Amino acid sequence: MDVILFTLFNGLLYGMLLFMLSSGLTLIFGMMGVLNFAHASFFMLGAYFAYQISKYIGFIPALFIAPLIIAFCGAMVEKYALRRVHKFGHVAELLFTFGLFYIIEELVQMIWGKVPVGYHVPEYMDFTLFSMSGMGYQAYAMFTLVVSIAMFIVLFSVLTKTRAGLIIQAALTHPEIVSSLGHNVPKVFMLVFGLGCALAGLAGVLAGNTLGTEPSMALSLGPIVFVVIVVGGLGSLKGALVASILIGIVQTTAISLDYSINNFIELIGFSVDIESLWRILIDLTISQIAPILPYLLLVLMLIFRPRGLFGNRDV
Amino acid sequence: MINFFKSFSTWIIIAVIAAILPLIFDSSFSLTLLSKMGVLIIFTVAYNMLLGQGGMLSFGHAIYFGLAGYASIHILNGIGEETLPYFPTVLFPFIGAIVGLFFGSLVGYVSTRRAGTAFAMISLGFCEMVTAMTLIFVIFFNGEDGIQTDRMVGPEPFGITFGPQIEIYYLILFWCLVAVALMYIITKTPFGRMSNAVRDNPERAAFIGYSVRRVRWQAFALSSMFAGAAGSLHALNYEHIGFESVSVVQSGAVLFMAFIGGAGHFLGPIVGAIGLTYLDSTLADVTEAWLLYLGLTFSGIVMFAPGGLAGLIVMHGPIARTDKKLLISLIKPYCLAISSVITGLIGLIGIIEMLYFRSLISKGEGEVVIFWTEFNANGIMSWLIFIALILVGIFLSKKTFPLAKESWDHAISVVKTEISNE
Repeated sequence: MDVILFTLFNGLLYGMLLFMLSSGLTLIFGMMGVLNFAHASFFMLGAYFAYQISKYIGFIPALFIAPLIIAFCGAMVEKYALRRVHKFGHVAELLFTFGLFYIIEELVQMIWGKVPVGYHVPEYMDFTLFSMSGMGYQAYAMFTLVVSIAMFIVLFSVLTKTRAGLIIQAALTHPEIVSSLGHNVPKVFMLVFGLGCALAGLAGVLAGNTLGTEPSMALSLGPIVFVVIVVGGLGSLKGALVASILIGIVQTTAISLDYSINNFIELIGFSVDIESLWRILIDLTISQIAPILPYLLLVLMLIFRPRGLFGNRDV
Repeated sequence: MINFFKSFSTWIIIAVIAAILPLIFDSSFSLTLLSKMGVLIIFTVAYNMLLGQGGMLSFGHAIYFGLAGYASIHILNGIGEETLPYFPTVLFPFIGAIVGLFFGSLVGYVSTRRAGTAFAMISLGFCEMVTAMTLIFVIFFNGEDGIQTDRMVGPEPFGITFGPQIEIYYLILFWCLVAVALMYIITKTPFGRMSNAVRDNPERAAFIGYSVRRVRWQAFALSSMFAGAAGSLHALNYEHIGFESVSVVQSGAVLFMAFIGGAGHFLGPIVGAIGLTYLDSTLADVTEAWLLYLGLTFSGIVMFAPGGLAGLIVMHGPIARTDKKLLISLIKPYCLAISSVITGLIGLIGIIEMLYFRSLISKGEGEVVIFWTEFNANGIMSWLIFIALILVGIFLSKKTFPLAKESWDHAISVVKTEISNE
């Protein structure tokens, strides 16, 4: 029981982290049709900036300053580069951000080197908060969870309750009408792009010290974020939340399950004695295939429900 | 008919030049390079069937390239251990083509409902899945080490063992010409035209009675088939295949080649494949920042010249056809614009190289060689020189680029009036 609770907790933590990344991506995608390939690069930049800032003035200031710098970088990218590419269509925008992904990765290597940097959990949060049946839960993990849930509540209430949020929502579906009401739609786009990047940066600040801050972290997380927004339904914030938590829990659960197909077959009373290739296939445990589970989910979703969980159009 | 002979003779000339090349550049480095170029030309042109002709941006086309490579290696090993019947090495691209076609049809069926960004995202998902599989299904992929093979198996017809690199080069050259010619013919068939129509306007294509998804699916499968053939040759060429050949890195490389060369034109990807393969083999030894330059070039092309290099050349076709003098009058403003850009670029490259030098090499030494000249990376002077070069480059570009654009606009307007007068 404790183990299940623990896994769920970790899954939720990972899921909320994925949501912080995917919410920005899906907002930008739903609003502008821009698929930002470099989104996970901003996540990486968040971690590196936090490392640099916390080295001089501490972790808590970094938590606020790093996302702000990232928001500024993102807004500049939108204003000076994406807007120029916009006239060539969405695929060109995606291609540009693909190039940006390479540029950011190389710049990070240029400035901070190719090996992981020593970005650690702050000492005052590096203790066991509570423990159940021998497993301790780190205070920092709880802190991350609280911050990400708080972020979610703030984001949701800003989008649904405030005037700015209503303008953003209106610009999502009816940009022409919003613009004829006198709102500066390109500016709204720029702000949303900056906001999305800042969310990714915040995720980087929070997760960089536990996942490891290194130049390959963008490539290892980026594709999963894409899976999240396809599974959740393109442009749907609710879908992104559900899909993030789903994938978070699936992945953390799978890692702790040491069962294979062979175990199940033996459980119902059969025994298989086949040699060669198939033997290896049925002996694979769930924890071994954990890395491909999100992508398997993507394929199944595409076959059986192409619009995603909460989407309103087919992929 | 004359056109047909004209283009046919161009093909022959290219084939003859390619056949003579290894006799002139006969070092083992250039032979390896030429073989690699041949393989990547097939792969890039195949990729462009998707990107340029079909309007589908894929981040996962290396799957078919890599899986075909794995299959070929296993079959080669099987023949070597005599567990599989003999299959002539010359025909190995067929194995790759079948593997590519199979997986391409499978993946294409679920992913071609929509083109554009959604398709791109899904292709990345598939690519990551296959890459992850290579590390899980060790029995087939052998994890991070990949698989070795020996291509010298079976009988030796006419004494050709395919042991020496030169024999492999001619094999690759032959298949490269065949594959590229086939893909060129496909662009001219009704199917190729339909593929273009679906790229440009899916709604209209659907209204005249074509299943948009079916056309995309067929284009996807065909493109994967040729990518598979290239993968087979890749495996034969290196006698080794590793997980990186199915990864997103390989997919990104082929995207760079196709797009920088020019996705809109049939020759663009060939230019891109030759150029980038050459630069990759030579520059990667000279500079640490090669990928940064590649990324910057790519983003620059996306922003300023979405037609790629081929697009820039094709842009001047009508001017050259109307009046050669007009083209010559463009040379001067172009030279001015290009030289001002180069001034800025030299400054930028200098700064990047010095930054890399400072972050990667021990802080004590300060001598860095940039453009065959020694600079002191710790001294203020060398930084000032390069920053000044950047500023001068930007300043001159602001003056010369409008000039170049103006003269192009002028030339094209002359062409337009000539055409309307006729």
